[in-house]
Amino acid sequence: MAERSFVKEVQKLRLGAGETFHGEGILAITKALLQCGVGYVGGYQGAPISHLMDVLADAQDILGELGVHFEASASEATATAMLAASVHYPIRGACTFKSSVGLNVASDALANLASGGVTGGALIIVGEDYGEGSSIMQERSHPFAMKSQVWLLDPRPNLPSIVKAVEDGFELSEASNTPVMLMVRIRSCHVTGSFETKENKRPGMTVADALENPRRDTNRIVLPPASFLHEKEKVEKRMPAAVDFIRSRRINEFFGPDRGKAGIILQGGMYNSVIRALQRIGLADVYGETDVPLYVLNAVYPLIDDEVIDFCADKDSILIVEEGQPNYLEQAIASLMHKKGLDTRILGKDILPMAGEYTGQVMLDGISAYLRANAPELLAAQVLAPNASGENTLAADLAKVVPGRPPGFCTGCPERPIFAATKLIEKELGPHHISSDIGCHLFSIMPPFELGATTMGYGLGPASASAFNSPDAKRRSISFVGDGGFWHNGLTSSIGNAVFNQNDGVIVVVDNFYSAATGGQDVLSSRADNPTKSTQHPITDAVKGMGVKWVRHIDRTYDVTKVRAALREALTTEEKGPKVIVASSECMLNRQRREKPQTAKAISGGERVVKPRFGVDEDVCTGDHACMRLSGCPSLSVKKLDDPLRDDPVASIDHTCVGCGNCGEVADAAVLCPSFYRADVVHNPGSWDRFADRLRRRVTGFLQTRREKRRLTFGEA
Amino acid sequence: MKANEDQKIIKLAILAVGGQGGGVLTNWITDVAERNGYLAQATSVAGVAQRTGATIYYVEMCPDTGRRPVFSLAPAQGDIDILIAAELMEAGRAVMRGFVTPDRTTLIASAHRIAAVSEKIEPGDGRADSPTVHKNAREAASRYICFDMEKVAVEAGSVISSSLFGALAGSGALPFARESYEETIEASGRGVKASLAAFGKAFERTVAGEDASASVQDAPRAGQGIAVAGPERLVAAWNALAARADAYPEPVRAMALAGLRKVVDYQDLAYGAEYLDRLDQALALDSAGKDHALGEAAAKHVANAMCYEDILRVADLKTRTARAERIRKEMKVGDANVLQVTEFFHPRVEEFCGTLPTGLGRFIENRPGLSKWVDRRINRGRRIRTDSLFGFGALWVIGTLRPWRRSLLRHQVEKEHLDRWYALALDTARRDYGLAVEILNCRRLIKGYSDTHARGHSKFDRVLSGLTLLEGREDAADWLRRLREAALKDEKGEMLDGALKTVATLEAA
Repeated sequence: MAERSFVKEVQKLRLGAGETFHGEGILAITKALLQCGVGYVGGYQGAPISHLMDVLADAQDILGELGVHFEASASEATATAMLAASVHYPIRGACTFKSSVGLNVASDALANLASGGVTGGALIIVGEDYGEGSSIMQERSHPFAMKSQVWLLDPRPNLPSIVKAVEDGFELSEASNTPVMLMVRIRSCHVTGSFETKENKRPGMTVADALENPRRDTNRIVLPPASFLHEKEKVEKRMPAAVDFIRSRRINEFFGPDRGKAGIILQGGMYNSVIRALQRIGLADVYGETDVPLYVLNAVYPLIDDEVIDFCADKDSILIVEEGQPNYLEQAIASLMHKKGLDTRILGKDILPMAGEYTGQVMLDGISAYLRANAPELLAAQVLAPNASGENTLAADLAKVVPGRPPGFCTGCPERPIFAATKLIEKELGPHHISSDIGCHLFSIMPPFELGATTMGYGLGPASASAFNSPDAKRRSISFVGDGGFWHNGLTSSIGNAVFNQNDGVIVVVDNFYSAATGGQDVLSSRADNPTKSTQHPITDAVKGMGVKWVRHIDRTYDVTKVRAALREALTTEEKGPKVIVASSECMLNRQRREKPQTAKAISGGERVVKPRFGVDEDVCTGDHACMRLSGCPSLSVKKLDDPLRDDPVASIDHTCVGCGNCGEVADAAVLCPSFYRADVVHNPGSWDRFADRLRRRVTGFLQTRREKRRLTFGEA
Repeated sequence: MKANEDQKIIKLAILAVGGQGGGVLTNWITDVAERNGYLAQATSVAGVAQRTGATIYYVEMCPDTGRRPVFSLAPAQGDIDILIAAELMEAGRAVMRGFVTPDRTTLIASAHRIAAVSEKIEPGDGRADSPTVHKNAREAASRYICFDMEKVAVEAGSVISSSLFGALAGSGALPFARESYEETIEASGRGVKASLAAFGKAFERTVAGEDASASVQDAPRAGQGIAVAGPERLVAAWNALAARADAYPEPVRAMALAGLRKVVDYQDLAYGAEYLDRLDQALALDSAGKDHALGEAAAKHVANAMCYEDILRVADLKTRTARAERIRKEMKVGDANVLQVTEFFHPRVEEFCGTLPTGLGRFIENRPGLSKWVDRRINRGRRIRTDSLFGFGALWVIGTLRPWRRSLLRHQVEKEHLDRWYALALDTARRDYGLAVEILNCRRLIKGYSDTHARGHSKFDRVLSGLTLLEGREDAADWLRRLREAALKDEKGEMLDGALKTVATLEAA
């Protein structure tokens, strides 16, 4: 069950012709797919298109009604390979995943798909996770399109443009027999807006029709001699067809005056930022009417040479706004100018930064600088010679004060105790080489845990420790992999590899019942019943099936002492081969989402419910914060006491505590102070509860009063 | 020139900590804009997994004229009209990032703090300095609206998005009537009553122009307003002791009263008298010209040293009426509920021996074999239910040992340590007053239980080991303070090692 439910919103997918859709970018994309008569959709979750997968999962009724097949693919490679259904059959298919990590995984399938080409329109929707808030390495999707020769659309970031790009994409794919990539940047996935809808279309041919009437064509299969022909076909037939389509359908757009000394060529996705910069220097209005000629590339690959030449021919100079590096567009356009003998100056990364996000300030600075140097007559005096330095003088003062706030484990996260145990075992046995993996558990590299040396890719944690397998060393490596990564790639690339190569290291599979980092989607080992998926396949069985002999399963990660004992045994046992510990506890975010309404209902329904929460006795706590160095839980924080004798703040647990038990377990395992207590509040207690409570309180009350009557007790006056 | 003056886009950014509900607030803001005939666009970087990190939500809006404006998807420096910070340091971050400018930005910030991990893990006080943020925020913004909006929300049984929304409405920074905001909340359909209450409270406080940032938390008051209850004889004796402390010069007086209360509460009145006797020794060397720094430091740290953490104290504190009442209040336990309380203890042979009479405790400690044997039987996590008769009874019985505390091994150890440290400080005071004060302040390093306590002791010893190098230097006190502060920075004492190395080179120079 995913973290966010779109059950209500997906009803918008039923809108008919001429109605207006209001909502988020990802939902608009789904609606566009249905309007295009898509026959099947697959994908793999990951920001920013996790929610697109969730929308599709929640829309399965609607998809079913239209005869559209949907599946949550095992990986991005699977999702892309799925598009093979469009190779021989005129069925439109789409898949979606996070880029560029997804494209790395998918590139084998992408290359094969692109080589043979497609009959039905094939659309790969990649969610770009570039710039602020990104959780991945910063690379571009552009070269994947270039190397496999598939076409890349980068539409202007508003809903009508994105919806149109989906429609254009399918047609372009069919017109050129080539898969098309549609890239949506992270903010445009979550941008809100509206567009006029069309009727949903049933696919002309469904996957069922295709299964009933199989077809094949040897020429479309990647094997010599066909593969040599594909190479030629790409440049001789498919590329020209694509160029014709993009030109004739006016996929790219021109704004502003027809002629001018200076102009800007930009990726579609950068359009709003460019307009904003022009607005701020007085060269565009609120509606995007601009004094500077703009050539907006909604299709960034392939380039339409004559459009480029036409735009550049009368201009002294051109600024290319192309986010990320290398500067493929700039290189291609500069080379084109050279070949055509044009002397238009092509500027780009010499004015704008080579790397990094093109934020509002970067655009403002870059475009102002470009126009000041190349078209000063357009600019008002103030822009020409600004008075303000633009320096933020307060920043330096605050930089010393404001703490960094990177993302971390949630309140009650079951992964925290695993890393607390790891930190404790390192105190006991010394530091180890630790390989991390992709997923929430990667937060272990941050304070307070500071564990883990590398992260090499999804499911590749243990694989990235594979070199550390030496009989000469007395120490073993430790590697982590999440359940998401385990099923994505880890079972073969990591576990299988470790078995085959007789790796002696320790592998911890962090199993939280979901692909949690991407928003809580189900995976094979999820414990919940999923009406459309097969779940409850234990990781331990898979690991044993792969040939691992030493397997330990911990079914409650909060038991820090037990996790530490398992780690100790794994690190010291005489047994050879990989030592796999599967540490399982449900993702607290998902658990709360599931249990909270149930608990509230049970309480109001008069059922006996015990709700745990932790507290700290502030007069017992000495303010050494040892507990926080083993936890980092958001609900466990510091508090300054109104006591002049105490210099340091004490621990304090706020009302957001979910009573996971980690505080007590850590205090126990690490032998910390006795200031933690767990308060279990019994709602709707039974008569025995009440009787016992009355009796106990009477006796304890008597003892307390007896002692307190004979001594001094202090309070505030 | 295309900039048509009649149309203006309002730009609003929200800086929040992941999990604060910034998404809800964003939806409300776009909703209220649309209700008022505006076109609005919201964006966020949802970062599905990034729960507790700093996040930004961004909204642009302008009146709907039938044409579609070009909105930007991300906030830009120097181009924000309204900035909402859902936590104080996020307000600081907004200023740092240039999102708050004096020409136009209304900064609405909640004054409460959510400590970042880096603030929590320091062994000392790692909390960020709020007044600096207030000062810079006030300077950077065109208008600064700041009070504890988290508190307003929690008191109304709601979440912070409601009170932030109320402050936004109350600020009048958007040209919309209060009613339309309330309609938005009503239309959202969940927890409407509580949300409206928090909204209203925040609205009114904003209109009234309360500024919490001005009344920065005062330093805790010392020793004032102590209410004492008990048998008459004891109260009379207490009053006599308190009168003795009352006669001390300020600021020693206030600190001594607080210390006296702690010490008497910990043990008994005789212990209190012992405390004041010790203080008298410091006061004899003290100087009004130095603001009685020595006396004040002694009053604070001698009290803390005398009230070392042992099982007796923990058992005593955990079986008090006041404690039971506090938990019931904190956990919101009503008469209809039953409360169960579980304590987490992990005794080791050290604690066991500490609670034995000195001779017996030493006997076991001096025999490693026996000591290990005992440890194997004791060293285990124990969960004790203090709501049960057995669990409460066990702690209560331990509490009855209090009168014999002075004869227990732990007391001997602590007393010896205290005497040595205090003698060192007083002896130093005769030569270097400032250095003596710093020696007293080093007591702050000793805290925690078991390993943490041992580490504290080791840091204390290492800091004081610097004394031999510093003795006689004019800036000795300053250096000792630096060593102590370094020791409080990290757990292992790496900063301290670095600082000690620096001190060693000082000597050489």
